[in-house]
Formats: sequence, C-alpha cells, structure tokens
Amino acid sequence: MASLAGVPTVNRQREGARSEAVAAGILVAFLAAAPFVLYPVFVMKALCFALFACAFNLLIGYVGLLSFGHALYFGWASYLAAYAAQSWAMPPGLAIMIGTATAAVLGIIAGLIAIRRQGIYFAMITLALAQMMYLVALRAKLTGGEDGIQLPSRRRLFGVFDLNNEMTMYAFVVIVVLAALFLIYRIINSPFGEVLKAIRENEQRSISLGYSTDRYKLVAFVLSASLAGLAGSLKAMVFQLASLTDVHWTMSGEVVLMTLVGGLGTIFGPVVGAFFIVAMENYLAPFGQWVLVIQGVIFVACVLTFRRGIVGELAHWLRVKL
Amino acid sequence: MFEIFGIPSQALFGQLLLGLINGSFYALLSLGLAVIFGMLNIVNFTHGAQYMMGAFTAYLLLQYLGIGYWAALVIVPILVGATGIVIERFLLQRLRGLDHLYGLLLTFGLALIIEGVFRNYYGANGQAYGMPDALTGGHNLGFMFLPNYRAWVIVFSLIVCFGTWFAIERTRLGSYLRAATENPTLVRAFGINVPRLVTLTYGFGVGLAGLAGVMAAPIYNVSPQMGSDIIIVVFAVVVIGGMGSIMGAILTGFALGIVEGLTKVFFPEASSTVIFAIMIVVLLARPTGLFGRGM
Amino acid sequence: MRGSTGALTAGLAMATAVFLGTVAARAEDIQVKLGVLTDMSSLYADDNGPGSVAAAKLAVQDFNPSAHGMKVDIISADHQNKPDIGANIARQWFDTQNVDAILDVPNSGVALAVNEVVREKNKVFLVSGAAISDLTGPKCSPNTIHWTYDTWMLANGTGKAVVKTGGDTWFFITADYAFGHALERDTTAVVLANGGKVLGSVSVPLNNQDFSSFLLQAQQSKAKVIGLANAGGDTINSIKQGAEFGITAGGQHFAGLLVFIGDVEALGLKVAQGLVLTETFYWDMNDATRAWTKRWQVDRPGKFPTMTQAGVYSATLHYLKAVAALKSAKDGKAVVDEMKKMPTDDPLFGKGVVRADGRKIHPAYLFQVKSPAESKYPGDDYILKATIPANEAFRPMKDDNCPLVTN
Repeated sequence: MASLAGVPTVNRQREGARSEAVAAGILVAFLAAAPFVLYPVFVMKALCFALFACAFNLLIGYVGLLSFGHALYFGWASYLAAYAAQSWAMPPGLAIMIGTATAAVLGIIAGLIAIRRQGIYFAMITLALAQMMYLVALRAKLTGGEDGIQLPSRRRLFGVFDLNNEMTMYAFVVIVVLAALFLIYRIINSPFGEVLKAIRENEQRSISLGYSTDRYKLVAFVLSASLAGLAGSLKAMVFQLASLTDVHWTMSGEVVLMTLVGGLGTIFGPVVGAFFIVAMENYLAPFGQWVLVIQGVIFVACVLTFRRGIVGELAHWLRVKL
Repeated sequence: MFEIFGIPSQALFGQLLLGLINGSFYALLSLGLAVIFGMLNIVNFTHGAQYMMGAFTAYLLLQYLGIGYWAALVIVPILVGATGIVIERFLLQRLRGLDHLYGLLLTFGLALIIEGVFRNYYGANGQAYGMPDALTGGHNLGFMFLPNYRAWVIVFSLIVCFGTWFAIERTRLGSYLRAATENPTLVRAFGINVPRLVTLTYGFGVGLAGLAGVMAAPIYNVSPQMGSDIIIVVFAVVVIGGMGSIMGAILTGFALGIVEGLTKVFFPEASSTVIFAIMIVVLLARPTGLFGRGM
Repeated sequence: MRGSTGALTAGLAMATAVFLGTVAARAEDIQVKLGVLTDMSSLYADDNGPGSVAAAKLAVQDFNPSAHGMKVDIISADHQNKPDIGANIARQWFDTQNVDAILDVPNSGVALAVNEVVREKNKVFLVSGAAISDLTGPKCSPNTIHWTYDTWMLANGTGKAVVKTGGDTWFFITADYAFGHALERDTTAVVLANGGKVLGSVSVPLNNQDFSSFLLQAQQSKAKVIGLANAGGDTINSIKQGAEFGITAGGQHFAGLLVFIGDVEALGLKVAQGLVLTETFYWDMNDATRAWTKRWQVDRPGKFPTMTQAGVYSATLHYLKAVAALKSAKDGKAVVDEMKKMPTDDPLFGKGVVRADGRKIHPAYLFQVKSPAESKYPGDDYILKATIPANEAFRPMKDDNCPLVTN
C-alpha cells in the first residue's frame, strides 16, 4: 500500500535535527511576540488547534491511519473538562487532566474497535464512531446539548496564577502546547516511532519481523486521542465554553484540512496549517457560508496538486526535514 | 386496534412504516455508494451532497421552470449524474494510482463546496416542495394510516434497487462492469473502454443519489444540510452490510431502517444511535460486514 | 528656496490646524457602537435576522445622534444558532471592535452564553429575540435587559387561554435546547395550575426537518392539545407536517406557544387559521405602528415586522437616550441603571418601564389567526382577542429567584 505522505525518512535524521531546531526557534520567537501584535484569544485558539492537528498528524503522518472522527476526543475532552470545572468545581489544572483522561479512555475503546480494519474502512469507522458520540452529546444531560456547558469565569491555576489575566492565560497555553509538541517530537524520533513508520511503509514486513503491529497501532491511537483531548480541554478553559461544534463531523474535517494544508508527516506542518485555517476563518467570518466553500476548495486543491502541504513543500524545496 | 408488547398497533405500524421509508433511502443511497466503491474503490463522500442536489434540482425545476415531480424523477438523476461524470472525468481520474484515502478526501472537499454554495443561497432553512397531486392523501387501513406518497416511496425504491441489482448481477453490461473491477487490463484487452465504463458507473451511482433526492423532496424539507445529516448513517449502513456487495447494501439498508423504526417505538432515546451501535457489534463479530467479501 | 520653505511651513501649519480642528470637533462626539447579533441564515432568520438590523437602524435614525453630540455605528453578525460562535463574536466585538451594546440574539442558548460575556466585560445586553425567562431569573445580570417577551409571558398568555377553552390534556413537542425546555416548563406549570394534565412530551433536535415520528407519538397520546414548545422554522414544519398526518382532522389541536407573524405568513392563512398566540406587538395595531412598519418595509419589502424586531427598535431608542443622559456608553452597568430609572416611551410599545430585575414591562395581546376569508389585505392576519395588562403579563418579581432583587 503506497504511503500517504512522501517524506524523507531515516537517513536524514542528523540534518533533520538542525533544521527542526531552527524551525522550533522561529516558532518560539513568533509566539513570544504574537500577543503584542495579534489578538491573544486568536493566537490561543490557533495554538489549541495546532496541538489538535499535531495529535491527528501522529496517526496519519507517521502510522498512515486516517482518523476521520478525531473530533470525538477533542470535543468530549472539552465537555468533561468544562463539566469538571463547573459541576465538580475543579481548578483548571485538574479539569484539563480529567478531560485528557477522558479522551484517553475513549481512544482505547475506539481504537480497539477500529484498529481491526485499515485504510478507507478505518476512516469510515472512526467517522461513524464520532458521529454516534455526537448524537449522544446532542441529547445527554451532561453536555447541555445545544446550549453547551458554560463556565462563569476563569479560575486560578494551581491556586496561584489568575487566568483571567489574558497574558497569564496565554503564557499557560503556550507552555502546555509547546511541551506537548516536544513530546510528539520525542515520540516520533524514538524507537517506538521508528516502528510506527515501518508499519506505515509496509505493515506485512513489520509483522514478519516479529512486531505485533496491532499493539503498536493501538498505542499510537491512544496517544493521538489523548493529545487531541489535551487540546480540547485547553480550548474549553480558554473560551469557558464547551459546545456541540467541538464534536461535530465538520470539526473532524477541519483538523484533516489543517494537517493537509500544513503538511502531512511533518512536525511543524500541522502548526502552520492550524494558524492558516484559523486565520482564514477569522478573516472570512463576515462572509458566512463561503467559509465552507473555501475550505472545500482548499481540500480539493491540496489533494490534487498540493499534497505535501505548505511545510512539506518548504521542506522539499530546502531539502531539509521539518 | 390491537396491542403488541403493550404498544398499540397504530403506533407500532406507524413507526415501522416510517422506518421502512427511511430504510428505502438508506438502501438507495448505500446502493449508489456500493456501486461506486465496487468500480472505483473510492468512498464517495459527496454522495450526501449529490442527494441534496437532487432534491434542490427538483425544487428549482418546479420553482423556475414549472417542471413537476414526475418529469423531475427522470430529468434530475440525469442532470445530477452528469455532474458526477464531470467530477469523475476531471477530478477523480487524476487520483488513479494514489492511495484511496485521497479519493475520500477529495470527495469530502467537494461535499463541503456543494453544501456551502447551497447554504449561501438558502441558509440552513428547508424549502417546501409540494407533494404531487396524484399521491396526496392516504388510506386508513384500520391498524394504521398509510399516506399514499410514502407507500409509493417504498414501492419505487424497491423497484429501483432490485432493478439495479439485476442489471449488475444478471446482464451482460453488468458482467463487463464486474469483470472490469476484477481485472481492468484484461477487460481492456477485450476491446472494452474501461475508463469510460468507470466514468459512466460513477455517473450512474451519483444519479441514484439524485433520484433519492427527488423522492425525498416532498416528505423531508429540501435543505442544504439534508445530505450531511444522512450520509454518515449511510456509511454505517455500508460498513454493516459490507462494501463490496450490492445485494448486501440493499438488504441492510431496508433492514436497518426497520430496526431504527422499531427502536423509536420501544426505546426512543436510542433511535438515532442504534445503527452505529449495531455497526460496532458487527465489526467486532464479523469485521468484513454481514455480506462483505473481505478487503 | 526660502520662499517655498515658508510656504510649505504655512501650508503645514494650516493643515495641522484644520486637522486638529476636525479631530477636536469629533472628540466632542460620544462614540457608540451597537452590535446586532442574530440568526441570519437559519430557522430564526426571517423572524429576526436582517429585519432586526433594519429596526436598529430606524431607531438610530429617529434618535438623531448628532443632535445629542453622539456618533452611533451599527454592525451585525450571524451567530448561526451556536453558543460558541455567538460568545466568540461577542468577546471579539468587545475586545477588538469597541462595541458597547449587543442587541437581539434570538436562541436562548446563545443568549445565555452571551449574557456571561457581557457580564464579564461590563457592557450592555439588550435581549429582544431570546425568550428564556431565566434571563430575569437565576441568570439575571445588572448588564442585561430582557425586552420584548419571555417564556413565562407566553405560557400565561397562550397556555392559559387554551386550557381555559377546554384544552386540558397536553402533549409537548419540545425543541431540545434552553428555550424549548423553559417554555415547556413554564407552560406545564400553567396547565397544572389551571386543572389540566400533561400526558407526555418528546424532545426534538433544533432545526429538525422531519417531524413525522414525533407527530405520530403526539397522535398516540390522544392529548387534546399538542403544545409546540418550539419556534420559527420548527413550528412551521410541525404544523405543516401535522396537516399531512391528519392531526387536526383527528380532533387534536396545535397550541403554537411561540408564533410570529413571519411564521403565519410562511404557513399561509389556510393552514394557520384559528391558531391562538400571544405577542406584544402587531404591525396593524394603530397608526403609529402602521407608519413605522411602512418605513421598516423599505428594507424588507413584502415582509411584516415581528415583535422581536420591533423590540430591537424600542430597546435601541431607550438605550441611546440613557447614553445621552450619562454622556458615556463605557460603563455598561451604569447605562442599564439609567435605563431602569427612565420610563420608556416609543411609538411601538407605548409607555412602559424597566424593572429592577431587568425585565421590560408592557402589555401583552392574545391574538387569533384570521381565516383567509376574514383577511382583507396582505398582513391582515390577526384578530385581537384579549389584552393582558402590563402588570399581569410578566412574572412577578418575587417569583424571579433573581440575585439582583433583594427580598
């Protein structure tokens, strides 16, 4: 089965580390300057989606599995985090952990069901599972249905940092997201990550080499779901609202779009893709439903002619690893 | 009026009838998907949007050209199928040889475009499409009230479904199609224009979606999101039935519609999710689906 | 060279003087920005949407900002019936666009979310479109005024009238979100208080297109009245599809708990005739409302204004008067306090008052939809059946549970 992302693999690792470090430096510098130039809430939103997209990319870019229902983990984590903060009066740190744990549990269950199939079947199953949980969210008392869960105001992080201060909240989000990105980087470049890439290239051969590929795929799936859940919980804390939008299939589609636009199988691709799409939606918001059309056009264009994505093309052009 | 399991017969048969109608649409749509997947190995995510286009085309034909339901039944599938042919010829063909997932992504993007355009002009509201005069009203059968149009929907979709099955499984053209799926190169060697066959097949599948749309117009409101609401359920139906099988798609569609209707009577809160729950059970027990031939 | 430098300096000086002059003149003006946050594309678009924006514009026109040394801008956005989108737009409007007051917001779920953002940012929220009575109840806020109507008023208007005329068994078809549940809750209380019974209810997703299975359940219950705890497109669909299934032929009646004139126009008098409904404004009530409607129709030809659109006009007018009195729009709570102090007076709702809990008081009217034969001209849709005086139309403050009102 041909791999979905045509990225340079093992032999470029040493040069890769340097180019990736440079890119990381640029990202950190940008994030340090951003809140003084851009609307901080916008940057925080983009960061949450960047983490979401990176989590998604873990599966598609490095294992070759297209999860078309990733909103399930993102949305339900945000619901549980908001619910914990509201009904159990949990402070933000604990609420986020509860949300992430929820996503992990959902990831295990969904993974056990979906891993049995590959390729298109896998995508359709993940989509159907996510839709089922959307319909559950629509009616459940816990989620507030159409109204969502509303948090009155932000609380103190660890009892010390007042998150109502926009800059404090921003710093918190940046730290969490960067830490998670670093974690993803370490996962990809570990022996575990190498096995994942081997499975993506040729699963039969990996099996014949003695790896229980199903187990590896499941672990990757759960990691991806958990990190998506972390992104969702964070978003709930930033906006103090968890709603149906976060579990809807269009959210699943959006994260695919962000990763596709940014570059499948690159570390920074999803980050760039997330910023790009969030900015585009912000800019085009007055134009109503054209946003949907433009998203579709970008999808089609990317699939036909721009499969490497922004960062992928950049990496290809500069012949580095990003 | 009698009672079954404590539920009055009127309620039971009424919901069963509604379930059978939903099942007709599930069957028609999953049939189209199965035909397309069989030939092109592409999951046509645009199917829902094409169903919606069918309903809207019927609505527009009536609004602006005064063309009514019966003519629309013939014209609309041809029009919508034609758009399908254009999509296949100019977009999908470029993805030959690539991972099949790209096909899913492309058709997903197309679905967004189509729904977005319609949403822009019609909002998220439904437009009314009047029922054809010949089919208004209904018959009181004693144990339930049967609206004429809904009876027609069931009968006509059964005809279309079994007609398609017959054409594919029992005619020569169908055999060319099935052979071309198995071994395109060999079939080409026999002088059959395989790419054209593929394009026409996609057009036919899309036309089926458009036909379902016309049939839906009088009973479900014609709204831009009617496609996306139904397509994911149809995916679940297809996964349950097994992707490769035409008969599997038809039978599973009708059966699941009935199951959904029964659930509405006995356990209403679960009615929207029951099909997905069944999908999970089937996947755990028989991963290739009930009638599937394995992947 | 020297001459041209002199000329250049003089020119620059003059330009600076003119510039400073105009800036100084504009700095005198109090800047006010209003945001109409509404449903532009979905089931509430006709009853609110662009018509609400048109109403706000008329209010600004009639107020005549320059005569008060003010400059008023109006922007608008579509919340798409999603609380997160509505809250985000509100937050962004306050943070980056200097919006001072948000108007309309149909969809009670969105209104509840926006209510919290407005409270946090100390701006003003003038709710006309949303109905949930909790906005002057447990969720009341010193920054919010609930203007046109609410679920309690609807329940006590339509609900009570229907029970009193013999509709004593009810089955609810409820839109599954804040508004539907509140309306069902408030109407159930009225039905029970007047000796009726509720036989059952079913929750339906918002903006549902196919009501057949829910109507079937309603038919099954054999309740005399099928209470429609929904609005806009949902109500239209329920009634239309009910006709297909022979609901009214079978002896059951629909109670449209929230029906706007836009819905009646969409249904047509043939289908809607006989429906009893409660509104606080009717375009054809008197000369003042007729004159205003004519002006409004310039922006919305062929349509008739609903009470929520009229409410946007009335609320905007009163808000601008309060800002003029205070000479500033910056402190939301202060402006709302001023609005509560001043009695209201406008051509659409007449004289009224804003209570301490944020509830605007005015009379409510029980209407019945005319039959096609009784209607003499387009828009001639209602017969006035009863007038509920202002002090009876809305929930008494003592029953509010509003933290603002100290008992």
